Amino acid sequence: MSKIKLTLAATGLNNTDNPGPGIPVIRSIRESGEFDMRVVGLAYETLEPGIYMHDLIDKVYQVPYPSEGSDNLIKRLEYINSIENIDVLIPNFDAELYTFIKSSSALQKMGIRTFLPTLQQLEERNKVNLPEFGKKYDINVPLSRPILGHSEILSLRDEFEFPVMVKGKFYDAYIAYNEEQIKMHFNKISAKWGLPIIIQEFVKGTEVNVVALGDGKGNTIGAVPMRKQYITDKGKAWGGITLGDENMLSLTRKIIKATNWKGGMELELIKTTKNSLYVIEINPRIPAWVYLAVGAGQNLPAALVKLALDYKVPHFKQYDIGKMFVRYSYDMIVGLKEFESLSTRGEL
Amino acid sequence: MKLKKNIAISESGFIFDPNTGESFSINPIGAEIIGIMKLGKSTDEIQSSILDKYDVDAASFEKYYYDFLNMLKQYNLVEEDE
Repeated sequence: MSKIKLTLAATGLNNTDNPGPGIPVIRSIRESGEFDMRVVGLAYETLEPGIYMHDLIDKVYQVPYPSEGSDNLIKRLEYINSIENIDVLIPNFDAELYTFIKSSSALQKMGIRTFLPTLQQLEERNKVNLPEFGKKYDINVPLSRPILGHSEILSLRDEFEFPVMVKGKFYDAYIAYNEEQIKMHFNKISAKWGLPIIIQEFVKGTEVNVVALGDGKGNTIGAVPMRKQYITDKGKAWGGITLGDENMLSLTRKIIKATNWKGGMELELIKTTKNSLYVIEINPRIPAWVYLAVGAGQNLPAALVKLALDYKVPHFKQYDIGKMFVRYSYDMIVGLKEFESLSTRGEL
Repeated sequence: MKLKKNIAISESGFIFDPNTGESFSINPIGAEIIGIMKLGKSTDEIQSSILDKYDVDAASFEKYYYDFLNMLKQYNLVEEDE
């Protein structure tokens, strides 16, 4: 079978101890062997490790932060596209998704395809809206409430029992055992990610996750459940194992069907001692541990690219249970010229 | 009490619970008992099989066997007979 010619652009090249999914996504698509591809990396910072991984990425361009507005981003992408002729773009950060979804028709006009959830899907599963999401789709979710200031912290005692989880709207989650700790985490998270801060009931149990891909018509193309075996101090998986839990899979299929989810998704769940599943977060993108799913037999990033290109993609029927991943760090040696090129010209 | 259906056990005594992702290592005699349990044998059958093969009296076997079962129960690896 001949390979599909593809120029792929992807963000999330920050393969650090809090890794973006860009590198595992690119690696998965490359290793599928289905594409004759050129990879264009889109970087926000000059020290994102993926920038210097020349075996995976052919060319890197610096792009403006989403906070600078979609107009700036589109302008930059127009320039990049005039050189690269991008076929498919995969944004990999929660914080940039709103901008990319909003710009999807502008991207389409440039001939750049994406496979992203709709704005409504993105908003509905937002941490702030999780209680309504649970009610609407009859799914267990922890009690949660967004707060905008310290003055609201005192009233939390009426609704919540300690400990509680204190979460940022995009990233970061800390456990708090009293009001003082909530204030401390509130300040730390709001300085980084802005408001609101979400206070969430602490559900006792084991954290488990699912990576999945929805076709936008209610069908689950693939899904692989995992349990983190080694967690970093940032709460990130440094090792994990695939599970054979049918309840997790049926919950995933239920959510994708009910929402007609389009694109990659990561479900963060708590499995209680009584085996009930609580959805604590729905991340609207492929997670950084996706390569485990690929290793277990489901190349979800490659399937996403094919969906974006309007290929018919069959559902994955199985995956290997008990397959593990172990992450590692690795030092690359980088010439100053490379760093200089990206810093001064915004390209490498 | 019987071993949960999907529990995987290797010859070296490595147990994997695919539902939770937990894994355990047990010693050779534990692996042997679990191997017999997987065949659906009763406690009496397990007891006579071990007593025939090893130099152990019934009272000692029972004590250690029930300790072992409790441990399996604690780790959620067994379920009650239907």
